[in-house]
Amino acid sequence: MSSEPPEAHVELRQVSKHFGGVQALAGIDLPIGRGSIHALVGENGAGKSTLGKIIAGVLRQDSGDLIVDGRRTAYRSPRDAIADGTTIITQEPTLVPHRSVLENVFLGAESSVVGVIERRKMARRYRALVEQTGIELPPRALARSLSVADQQKVEILRAIARDTRLIVMDEPTSALTRDEGEKLFALVRGLRDRGATIVYVSHFLDEVLALADTVTVLRDGRLVRTGAADSETPDRLVSAMLGRRLDLTFPEKEPPAAEAPVVLSVRSLSRPPAVRDVSLQIRAGEIVGLAGLIGSGRSEVARAIFGADRAVGEIEVEGRGVRLRSPRQAIDHGVVMIPEDRKSQGLLMLRSIVDNITLPHLDDVSKAGILSRRSERRRVREATARLDVRAKSTNAPVNTLSGGNQQKVLFAKWLFRPPRVFIADEPTRGIDVGAKMAIYELIHSLAKQGIGVLLISSEHEEILGLAHRVLVMRNGSVVAEFDQETMNEDVLLHAAFATAQDKVA
Amino acid sequence: MATQDVPVARARPLALSRLANVAVIRDYGVVVAFVALFITLSLTSPAFFTWANMKNLAFQTAPVGIIAAGGTLVFIGGGFDLSVGAVSGFAAIIAGKAFLHTGIGLWGSLIVGALAGLGCGIGNGILVTVGRVNAFIATLATSIIIYGFAQVITGGNLVSVQAERFATLGLGTVWGVNYPVFVWAAFALVCGFLLARTIFGRYTYAAGGNPEAARLSGVRVGTIRTATFAMSGLGAGIAGVILFSEVGTAQWNANSGIEFDAITAIVLGGTSLLGGEGAIWRTVLGAFFLQMIGNGFDLLGTTPQWQYVIKGVILATAVSLDAWARRSRT
Repeated sequence: MSSEPPEAHVELRQVSKHFGGVQALAGIDLPIGRGSIHALVGENGAGKSTLGKIIAGVLRQDSGDLIVDGRRTAYRSPRDAIADGTTIITQEPTLVPHRSVLENVFLGAESSVVGVIERRKMARRYRALVEQTGIELPPRALARSLSVADQQKVEILRAIARDTRLIVMDEPTSALTRDEGEKLFALVRGLRDRGATIVYVSHFLDEVLALADTVTVLRDGRLVRTGAADSETPDRLVSAMLGRRLDLTFPEKEPPAAEAPVVLSVRSLSRPPAVRDVSLQIRAGEIVGLAGLIGSGRSEVARAIFGADRAVGEIEVEGRGVRLRSPRQAIDHGVVMIPEDRKSQGLLMLRSIVDNITLPHLDDVSKAGILSRRSERRRVREATARLDVRAKSTNAPVNTLSGGNQQKVLFAKWLFRPPRVFIADEPTRGIDVGAKMAIYELIHSLAKQGIGVLLISSEHEEILGLAHRVLVMRNGSVVAEFDQETMNEDVLLHAAFATAQDKVA
Repeated sequence: MATQDVPVARARPLALSRLANVAVIRDYGVVVAFVALFITLSLTSPAFFTWANMKNLAFQTAPVGIIAAGGTLVFIGGGFDLSVGAVSGFAAIIAGKAFLHTGIGLWGSLIVGALAGLGCGIGNGILVTVGRVNAFIATLATSIIIYGFAQVITGGNLVSVQAERFATLGLGTVWGVNYPVFVWAAFALVCGFLLARTIFGRYTYAAGGNPEAARLSGVRVGTIRTATFAMSGLGAGIAGVILFSEVGTAQWNANSGIEFDAITAIVLGGTSLLGGEGAIWRTVLGAFFLQMIGNGFDLLGTTPQWQYVIKGVILATAVSLDAWARRSRT
């Protein structure tokens, strides 16, 4: 580069991005200094990963500019970003598992003469890379034989081999042991000292503060503040992430009656490493919130109760011990679940509303295995009217519906035959505000009918607004419980992030 | 209908209407192609649209049509069955051996042969679901095994049945129409009814369309898929004994290659290779269409070798349309 490089390596100007009806990023202005480690922190869904992916060309902003080295960019793929010296490294390494370290490092950048690989020259380049980075890995080892930490090192080597000057790291330590994490930090600092810029996305606040030069806090897709890392503390960061969204209102809570019976009792549920010794009880008419960071084991608990995954532990439904080894058994016992991802786990996107709603209940609308389509359609019409599902026809394929109406179809599916326990995993993900409030009303009314509800949500205001009791999970265990009097966003976040007030060994 | 009409996908109508074209071509392409070819052949050959030729066309299509009807269930359920050629040959051999060496008689032997096909299908299903072998590889493997058994049983020789009444199933007629046409009609109706009107049918679409969502809705995906393979095996068994009855001889590799005709018919009809979509009427049209190409070449007296080129090109086009239509919907 002939002219003097600009101060900021990357600059974001009014960058916005939305997915469906959800604003993931709203007007972000942010400079990222050359040769620094810049951390992005925030709650689940705050937009930190989205921002990292936009910088690396994985996603494209809807509006606003991404300026790299003083030039406006228009990345259409990660490939464009790589050509510009930017690479992303995620928690899941993307190597070719059956090829060697060396081949992976130089994938797409092989030394060759008319297509024939020059082994000796590549070996030389590899040694130069090792000296430059201090990463020692056996070049002939197969990628799949390496630990996740070593695979990440291969990715870093690959990034450097491609002449990368900016590395976006998205939750790189979530699959690493503490020791491996420390080594990664030393490596990252080394890269910075050699002039590379690192954008570091993480929700581990301690590691962010130990590593980063600058920290940016995001909340609901907006930038809260950017500052030097040494002027921050974990508590200050958590406080910055706090803040209730004002555009949501919730129905008035109606606590379950004092004598309401327990409908679901779970004891010592385990599915290592995701779920460790989880116990919980839900009473008739009670909404129990399950909070925690993504990856803390919330969905795994729900799936284990529902029989979707094998787990050990005792489960009682209405006081009777049951074995829920498959979703079919759970459904037969009145335990139902709205899964985390409605497209891949919840709905048959190409089939009609009718087909989707009655799928678990075909026995109710058939005789001797033969469907009575008239009664099926009539009962589906009743169900969709009750839930205000808006569609041209109940024969419309669900992929023609909006996200909110798809979610209502899922609710209709599980309320077709009244359940005893209703598990909702992220029931409002990716739907607009109006539809969210309709779902809140619905969950509220389920509890009023005496159904026990387990509500999983990454949006704390949802849990605070709906649940009568909250359990917080971290690393597969329930680490805190709050009731109506003690719950607030502050204590939930501190419990989820394991900061000062609630440190576990 | 259920509630007031409200536009649901606000930002999408433009994109949807543009993409719909590909989807419509894929959804009704087989109808258009069928009608176009039918009219063309009717106009160019006076011998085409005659009662004799129509009867003949249906008779020739029947074995492939039966296999393809069962195969359609497998495809919709998210599977793939390459073994039907081997299974149909095996069923014929079992029927022949049963006729020659037991006292169960003509119809008993034919039924035993068809049931042997059913058994092979169940084996395929278990291998795919319990054994977790990719359906393509599993049915390739069972094809080889079944061919092997058929050779072992026959010593590699023809199984020949001389009794004249043995040809009843294959060559007997009602109102001039051969029995196989009625068998095909019945089998296709049963498969169509299962798909459209029964719990099993709904579960089949669910298992093929989104196996995880189906499982989380309480569907026993493995059992359903096994049942689709069983139906495919039964279809292959029935087709096998029909072909056997027509010629009076069975051989281990007599029907090899018929699986590709069946798969072609299914795909031409518009049933998706990826599962979760399709219908029996499509496969019936697809099978007719395929046979009509051959029939047309015969009637028009053109170089018959070209029909393979044409069939291959049409098949590739159909799959390509399917892929484009899918891509535009997700």
